[in-house]
Amino acid sequence: MLGCLFVPSNNEEQAINVDLQTDAALQVDISDALSERDKVKFTVHTKSSLPNFKQNEFSVVRQHEEFIWLHDSFVENEDYAGYIIPPAPPRPDFDASREKLQKLGEGEGSMTKEEFTKMKQELEAEYLAIFKKTVAMHEVFLCRVAAHPILRKDLNFHVFLEYNQDLSVRGKNKKEKLEDFFKNMVKSADGVIVSGVKDVDDFFEHERTFLVEYHNRVKDASAKSDKMTRSHKNVADDYNRIGSSLYTLGTKVEVQLYCHIPLFYFSQQKIEARVSADEDLKLSDLLKYYLRESQAAKDLLYRRSRSLVDYENANKALDKARAKNKDVLQAETTQQLCCQKFEKISESAKQELIDFKTRRVAAFRKNLVELAELELKHAKVTGIYFCFHFRQLLFHRIIEVGLEGTL
Amino acid sequence: MAAEREPPPLGDARQPDLEELEDGEDLFTSTVSTLESSPSSPEPASLPAEDISTNSNGPKPAEIILEDDREDLFAEATEEVSLDSPEREPILSPEPTPAITPVTPTTLVAPRMESKSIAAPVIFDRSREEIEEEANGDVFDIEINVSDPEKVGDGMNAYMAYRVTTKTALPMFNKNEFSVKRRFSDFLGLHSKLATKYMHVGYIVPPAPEKSIVGMTKVKVGKEDSSSTEFVEKRRAALERYLQRTVKHPTLLQDPDLRQFLESSELPRAVNTQALSGAGILRMVNKAADAVNKMTIKMNESDAWFEEKQQQFENLDQQLRKLHASVEALVCHRKELSANTAAFAKSAAMLGNSEDHTALSRALSQLAEVEEKIDQLHQEQAFADFYMFSELLGDYIRLIAAVKGVFDHRMKCWQKWQDAQVTLQKKREAEAKLQLANKPDKLQQAKDEIKEEIEEWETKVQQGERDFEQISKTIRKEVGRFERERVRDFKTVIVKYLESLVQTQQQLIKYWEAFLPEAKAIA
Repeated sequence: MLGCLFVPSNNEEQAINVDLQTDAALQVDISDALSERDKVKFTVHTKSSLPNFKQNEFSVVRQHEEFIWLHDSFVENEDYAGYIIPPAPPRPDFDASREKLQKLGEGEGSMTKEEFTKMKQELEAEYLAIFKKTVAMHEVFLCRVAAHPILRKDLNFHVFLEYNQDLSVRGKNKKEKLEDFFKNMVKSADGVIVSGVKDVDDFFEHERTFLVEYHNRVKDASAKSDKMTRSHKNVADDYNRIGSSLYTLGTKVEVQLYCHIPLFYFSQQKIEARVSADEDLKLSDLLKYYLRESQAAKDLLYRRSRSLVDYENANKALDKARAKNKDVLQAETTQQLCCQKFEKISESAKQELIDFKTRRVAAFRKNLVELAELELKHAKVTGIYFCFHFRQLLFHRIIEVGLEGTL
Repeated sequence: MAAEREPPPLGDARQPDLEELEDGEDLFTSTVSTLESSPSSPEPASLPAEDISTNSNGPKPAEIILEDDREDLFAEATEEVSLDSPEREPILSPEPTPAITPVTPTTLVAPRMESKSIAAPVIFDRSREEIEEEANGDVFDIEINVSDPEKVGDGMNAYMAYRVTTKTALPMFNKNEFSVKRRFSDFLGLHSKLATKYMHVGYIVPPAPEKSIVGMTKVKVGKEDSSSTEFVEKRRAALERYLQRTVKHPTLLQDPDLRQFLESSELPRAVNTQALSGAGILRMVNKAADAVNKMTIKMNESDAWFEEKQQQFENLDQQLRKLHASVEALVCHRKELSANTAAFAKSAAMLGNSEDHTALSRALSQLAEVEEKIDQLHQEQAFADFYMFSELLGDYIRLIAAVKGVFDHRMKCWQKWQDAQVTLQKKREAEAKLQLANKPDKLQQAKDEIKEEIEEWETKVQQGERDFEQISKTIRKEVGRFERERVRDFKTVIVKYLESLVQTQQQLIKYWEAFLPEAKAIA
């Protein structure tokens, strides 16, 4: 069982992929997290000056399922149909990491003690990195909700933040999961039908075309970025192995002479590993996040198109009713409702999509700048390591000459 | 700052620099000053060519590409490293082993510090080797190049012909520069002849590159893809290294077969190198017989040196194999990384195209370009360092097999000597028996015969002992030579790697520095 306590430093870890205004009225963060065998417990910490809460500052412990419950409650709420619902955080997945640690434990006998300790350290670092990421993802979700002018007032959200007992939200059982699956199928089929309807409004027509293409390309870029960072990790592991081999070669066969070369390879490896991890955070996570957000934006457009279709259908029904002079009042009310719903959604959707663009541009900017700065730092550090070890080589040349002289 | 330092003219004893050796920083800045003073042109060679014969000719500009702005990287680095030096002290301390004192390095080292290139350690190395080898007379003015692979013929009878160019001032050759066309089996034939002549007296004959049926078939069939060009290039480089190693050997250089190989325009076809020829099958049988013999010979090793060395070579063999496997894995993963980076670059470009915010779109396209350039860079580096390293490891694994072979020959030699002694003993016993016997008529004749045989076997025993001592002596020398060569070869490769790494890092810095303002410009 691996238990690790994690205290994120608020300024850095928060808002990794989203640039959010922190607002005195409501500030939410994850101050602590504990990983137990198969679940992660997040300590959600709130600071608020709003009158809705009993205290100004308080904390509760929440698990992943409760986050999902909150997200789903937003999606199912008709009143929020006109907003981009912040995407739910992905499930914490330590399976791969745990498996690797287990394999390492089994293979302990077949490698040297140094190799084993090294690999163990690395796997633990990997585990910690995944842990940090999942905490960040959950935090970003909460922050997005807290920053949204309407969603932050949601009652379920307040309960989530304040109620210090277990919300008794269980994960979906098989039947419910199957229902979800069918719902999704119907939705995507419907989405296809609905998207066939051309929009009168230029803004939304453009947004739809843009979002569909963007979403696909982000998906592709995200997958390729993942592969690239994994390759980087493989290369780093290779450096590690080569370093150990050179070290053994150096110590057994030629004492001292090769020490610096293996040390150099080790340091190279650490740098490569860090580059890979940073690329991972900056690039891959960013792309993954916007994959989910662009999906949420697409969902908004779908809901709007749906309501537009409903509105047009209601119009047709009204015309028919007037022609037949039957149930006219009912048709009128339906049509009015549809009209209101459609206009409400359209209005808020426009603003949401503009905000989405602003957020996206800001997040990309922040991450790309940080990525470039990190890469620069690494390149320079490698240069320094190189210079240092190169210098050592030169230095040892002198020693060797002395050695030959005394023989 | 380093920029103001003038490297002193050749020949000055640089005493002040050596005092500064303890303070690592200054050693470094002195290197920086030598670096910037000479941007030299690169002459990449797969093995350092032996034409820097004496110091009086001055150090030749060696194998790197120097850019003037590299100085900046080093300048920065110097400062950074000095901050680090407290933790590095344990490594920096000049007492790696108790027995070593940097005794009078001044006279030996001082002139070397003038070497005006980043390949200073290589020059150091060579200078030290030269001093040693001058004593042994092991420096030769001969350079071999293998180039221009050309496909001759068609279909399954086709073969690659390589141009072997020799540049030399040695008197034993007719001309100073000449070239011939040779095919792969010619090289194998040469090796076979040399091995037969020299291995059994203890000389480590460098092994020829391995045959590759798959590789060659692709070439024969005429597949013009990158893997077959790679294969041909790999083979060309391997053949070059093989010849260079062979001519470095003082005894082998004198061999007439080698001279004929290098000089004569027509060479009898070495059919015996084919696997399925009569000679090939005979070789296989002999190999099997040898393996059996090895198991049955129980040698009384009187010389601890040999026992130790054999053990060392066993260990080295294992470690090199392991290292070779790791390096090949790295080469493979680097190729993967390259492919994935290229794929990502394309994907990022597409994303940039669909992004409707202009500045962000531009930045993403830039990112795609940067990643593409980095991919190119990584490819070049991967070739320069690890590919060469991998090839060198392969060479050494085969060389060690040759070394083991030589040790085996010594064992056989010993066995022969012992057998001769046993036979002599038997003959003496037979003689003694005859003395005791009482058959006058046949006796005298038999006695004479036996006496002759005893003399014969006494000579054989003496010869056997001499042979054994000779082979032991030769092996000692050869092993010493091998170890020096190995140290030199590995260091050259690793220094080359470090050099190419510096360039790579410099380029990386340039690319990211160009990208950063674009990223910041996203409004």
